[in-house]
Amino acid sequence: MDLFGRLTIESLPFYSAIAASGAAVTVLGALAVVGAITYFGAWRMVLTEWVSSVDHKKIGIMYIMLALVMLVRGFVDAAMMRSQQAIAYNSEGYLPPGHFDQIFSSHGTIMIFFMAMPFLAGLANLIVPQQIGSRDVAFPFMNSISLWLTTAGAGLMLLSLVVGKFSTAGWTAYPPYSGVQFTPGVGVDYWLWMVFIAGFGSTMTGINFLVTIIKCRAPGMTMFRLPLFTWTIFVTSLLMIFAFPALTVACATLILDRNFDFHFFTNAMGGNMMNYINLFWLWGHPEVYILILPAFGVFSEVVAVFSQKRLFGYVSLVCATVAIGLLSFTVWLHHFFTMGSSARVNSFFGTMTTIISVPTGVKVFDWLLTMYRGRIIFKPPMLFTIGFLVTFVIGGLSGVLLALPPIDYMMHNTTFLVAHFHNMIIPGVLFGYLAGYMFWFPKAFGFKLNERWGTYAFWCWIIGFYVAFMPLYVLGLLGMPRRMEHYEIAAWQPHLIVAWVGAFIILLGMACLAVQLIVSIRERNEALDLTGDPWNGRSLEWATSSPAAPYNFAVLPQVEGRDAWWDMKARGVAYQRPDKYEDIIMPKNTYVGAVIGGAGFVFGFAMIWWMWWLAALALLVIFVAVVIRASDDDSDYVMPASEVKKIEDARFAELAKAPRNEMADDPGYAGDPVPEAT
Amino acid sequence: MDASSGIPIERTARPYLIGIVLALILTAIPFWLVYDGALPRETLLMVIATFAVVQIFVHLRFFLHIDFSTTPRENLIALAFAAVLICIMVGGSLWIMFDLYHRMMV
Amino acid sequence: MTLEAMTVSPRDAEKYEEKEFGFWLYLMSDAVIFALLFATYLVMVGNTAGGPTGKELFSLERAAAETLVLLLSSTTFGFAAVALSAGDRSKVLMWLAITVLLGACFIFLEIGEFCGMIQEGAGPERSGFLSAFFTLVGTHGLHVSVGLLWICVMIGQVFFKGLTAPVASRLMRLGLFWHFLDIIWVVIFSVVYLPGVL
Repeated sequence: MDLFGRLTIESLPFYSAIAASGAAVTVLGALAVVGAITYFGAWRMVLTEWVSSVDHKKIGIMYIMLALVMLVRGFVDAAMMRSQQAIAYNSEGYLPPGHFDQIFSSHGTIMIFFMAMPFLAGLANLIVPQQIGSRDVAFPFMNSISLWLTTAGAGLMLLSLVVGKFSTAGWTAYPPYSGVQFTPGVGVDYWLWMVFIAGFGSTMTGINFLVTIIKCRAPGMTMFRLPLFTWTIFVTSLLMIFAFPALTVACATLILDRNFDFHFFTNAMGGNMMNYINLFWLWGHPEVYILILPAFGVFSEVVAVFSQKRLFGYVSLVCATVAIGLLSFTVWLHHFFTMGSSARVNSFFGTMTTIISVPTGVKVFDWLLTMYRGRIIFKPPMLFTIGFLVTFVIGGLSGVLLALPPIDYMMHNTTFLVAHFHNMIIPGVLFGYLAGYMFWFPKAFGFKLNERWGTYAFWCWIIGFYVAFMPLYVLGLLGMPRRMEHYEIAAWQPHLIVAWVGAFIILLGMACLAVQLIVSIRERNEALDLTGDPWNGRSLEWATSSPAAPYNFAVLPQVEGRDAWWDMKARGVAYQRPDKYEDIIMPKNTYVGAVIGGAGFVFGFAMIWWMWWLAALALLVIFVAVVIRASDDDSDYVMPASEVKKIEDARFAELAKAPRNEMADDPGYAGDPVPEAT
Repeated sequence: MDASSGIPIERTARPYLIGIVLALILTAIPFWLVYDGALPRETLLMVIATFAVVQIFVHLRFFLHIDFSTTPRENLIALAFAAVLICIMVGGSLWIMFDLYHRMMV
Repeated sequence: MTLEAMTVSPRDAEKYEEKEFGFWLYLMSDAVIFALLFATYLVMVGNTAGGPTGKELFSLERAAAETLVLLLSSTTFGFAAVALSAGDRSKVLMWLAITVLLGACFIFLEIGEFCGMIQEGAGPERSGFLSAFFTLVGTHGLHVSVGLLWICVMIGQVFFKGLTAPVASRLMRLGLFWHFLDIIWVVIFSVVYLPGVL
C-alpha cells in the first residue's frame, strides 16, 4: 500500500518562480495568522469562543472573514490576468499558458464558491435570526458544520497553490478536457473535491435557513411582514436546497470518470459529454440567482433606511423575488445555446431568459420609487446602492441581448460575455454584499466603519469597474474570445491596457477597504454604536444591542406590522424593560462541527492524492463525530435569568449614554421617527 | 404527527399491513407481465410507469403517512415543489439531451 | 412509557417538529439527486459501446427478491414505529433487528449482482450505460448501507437510553429515510430492471 498515493516531491511548486511565490505567500499568510494568535495569547479565546461556537452571529462573522480573505486572493488572480493580457500582444507575456489557465480557473472558482457564497451565508447568518425576532437559527450545530465544510473547501483551494497544481479547465470544468485522458494530474480533482465538499455546506445552509424562516419567527411576524432581506434569503435557501443536488451529481460523476475509469463523459465507450454541461448548468443558473437575491435584499433594506422612507411596493418586491426563484430553474440552457440544440429548444430557453429579466426590472422600479421623494442620506451603503442601480441595469441589458440565441451565437465565449456577467456580479452581488458589510458592521461589532474611507472605496470600485469592464464589451464585439493568454490582433491591446488600468483602480478600492477597517478599529471609541440602532433602522435587527446578546432578544418581540422596529418606535414601545427576565435555553458550544470540517478537508486531500487509507480514516472520523453528536441528548445549557438581567442592565446603561438617534448628526437627517402618512 | 410532542405517533400496524399488501400487488403485476412478455413493449412501459406512480402514492400514504389533514402544510408544499422541480429538471434534461442526439448524434 | 404519555416541553416539541421538517427538506434534495441520476441513466441507457446490455445482464428473479426484501423491511420498520408509540422497548429492538437483517439481505443480493457483473467484464468501466447503471443503483445501495448503520446506532441508543423523546424523534426521522429509499427502489425497478429486460 502506497502511503503517499500519487504525492511526490515534484508536487511542490519549485518548477516556476511565480508558482513558488504564490505558495510562499500562502504558507507565510497561514504562519502569520498562527503567529498573531500566539503573540496575542488568544488561542483559548479563538478556540472556545469562535471555533467551537454555534452562535449564528459568530458563524456569520467568520463566514465574512473567509469571504474577505478570498476576495483578496481572487483579486490577485484578476490582477495577474489583466497584466498578462495588457502586455501579451504578439508576445508571450510573463505567464506561461498552463499557469494562465490555472489562474482563470481559480479566479472564477474562488470568487463564486469561496467569496460570494460565504459572504451571503455570513450576512444571512448575522442578520436573519434577528430580523425575524428569533434567538438563533433552527439548527445551530448544523450551521457550524456548514461553516467548517465551506472552510475545508477554501483550505483545499489555498493548498492547491502549495502542493500540486490547480485545474486548468476553467471554473466550469467541461469534459472531455476535464476528463483524465486530456487532463491527468490533480488539478481538476482539487476543483472537484473542493466544490463537492463546500456544496454540502451550502445545501445544509439552505435547509437551515428555510426551516428557520418558516418555523422560528417571533409572534406576529407573518410571512408578509418579513423584511425583504429575509424574503430574499428564504428564496435563496429554496434555490440552494434544490439546485445543489445537480452540482453534486455533476461532480460525483466526473470524479468517478477521472478516478475509477467510469465513462460518463469520455469521448469513447459511450460517454455523453453534453450531459455534464446540462447537469452543471442545471445548478449553475440557479446559483447566480442564489448570489444576487441576497444582494437585492440588502439593497431593499438600505434604500429604505437611507431614503428615510418606507420601501415602495413591498408585495411586488416579494412576488418578484419568488418569481425570480421559480423562473431561475427554467433558463439553464442559455449557457450553452451554441452547443447544438435545435431552434425549438433554443427559442424556448431564450424566451424564458427574456422573461426572467422582468421581475428584476420591477424591483429596480420599486427601489427607485422608494428613493423618490425620500430624504436621501449619502452614506457608503447608499452610495453602493445607487451605483448598483445605475450600473447593474447595463449588465441586465447586455443579458437581454445575450438571451437571444442568434446574438448569443456571436457573443458566446467572447469577452462580451465576460463583461456581462462581471457587470452583474460586481455592481450587483459585490456592491450588495459590501453595502451589507458596511450597513451591518456596527450590529456585529458595536462600532461603525469609517465613512470617509468607505466613500473612497466606493468611488474606486465603481470607477474601476467601468474602466476595467466597459472595454471588455467593446473587445467582445471586436471578436476577442475569453481566456486568451496571448493574441496577435493589434486593435485589442489599447482596450486591454485600459482594462488593466481599471483593475489597478479596483486595487485601490480594495486598499481603501483595508484602510477603512484598520482606521475604524483604531478609532472605534469615536464611532461607538451605543443604541444598537445607528441608522434609525426599520427592521428588528436594530432592536438588539450592538453587538447583540448571545440570545438576541431577552423578551421575544411582539410584531404588529411590516417594518416591525419602526412600528415599535412609532408606537412608543421600543426599548422597553420587562419587570422580570426568564431563564433562556441556549445551545452549548461544540468542536464537533470543526472536527467534521477538518476531517472533510483531510478526506478531500486524501481522495485527490489517492491516499485511500487516509480517506477511509477521515471518513471514519466523520462517522464517529456524527454518531457522538447524534447520541448527545445534553447539547443545551440554561442561561439563568440573573445573567440575562446582568446583560440587559448593561445594555440599558449604554442606551442611557446615547439617547439621541445617532443619525441625527447627518445633515440629511429629517428628525425623530414619525409614522408615514398612508 | 402528535401536536404535544412534535414526534409522529403510529398507533396501529394497520396502515403498514395495507401498504405492504398493495405494494406487493402493484409490484407483482408489472413483474409478471414483463416476465410473461405477451404484451407489446410500449404497452408494457405504460403499465410499468402507471403502476410505479400508483405505488409511490401507496408508499407516501401508508408508509410515510402523508395526508392532507395531519401532515404539516410546509411538508406538503415542499413535496409539491420538489415534484414540480423534478418534472422540470428531468423533463427539460431529457428534452435537451434527446434533441441533441437527433441533431448532433451526441 | 407510550409516546403520548411522555411529557415534552413546548420548546422541545417545536424543536422536534423543526428537525422533522429539516430532514424532510434534506430528503427532497436527495430526491433531486436521484431524479438527475435517473435522467442520466435514461440518456445513457443505449450507450452500451458494443458491450452487454440490460437484457443480457439483469435478472428478474434477483430484482424481485431484492424488492420483496426491501418492501418487507419497510413494513418491519413500521412495526418498530408502532412498538415505539406503545412504549414497548423490547419489541422496538426486535423489529429494528429484523429490519437490519432484511436490509442486509438486500445489500448482500446487490453486492452479489455487482460482483457477478464485474467478473463477467460488465463492470462500470465497460461502457457509459454500465457507468450510469452502477452509479444509480450503487448510490441507492450506498444510502441503504448508511441507513443500516444508522439503524444499528439507533438499536444501541434504544438499548442504552431507552425510549426517550430524543431517541423517538431520531427513530422517526430514520423511518422517513428508510421509507424514502423504498420509494426510490420502486422507481429503480420500474426504470432500470423491468424495461431493461424487455
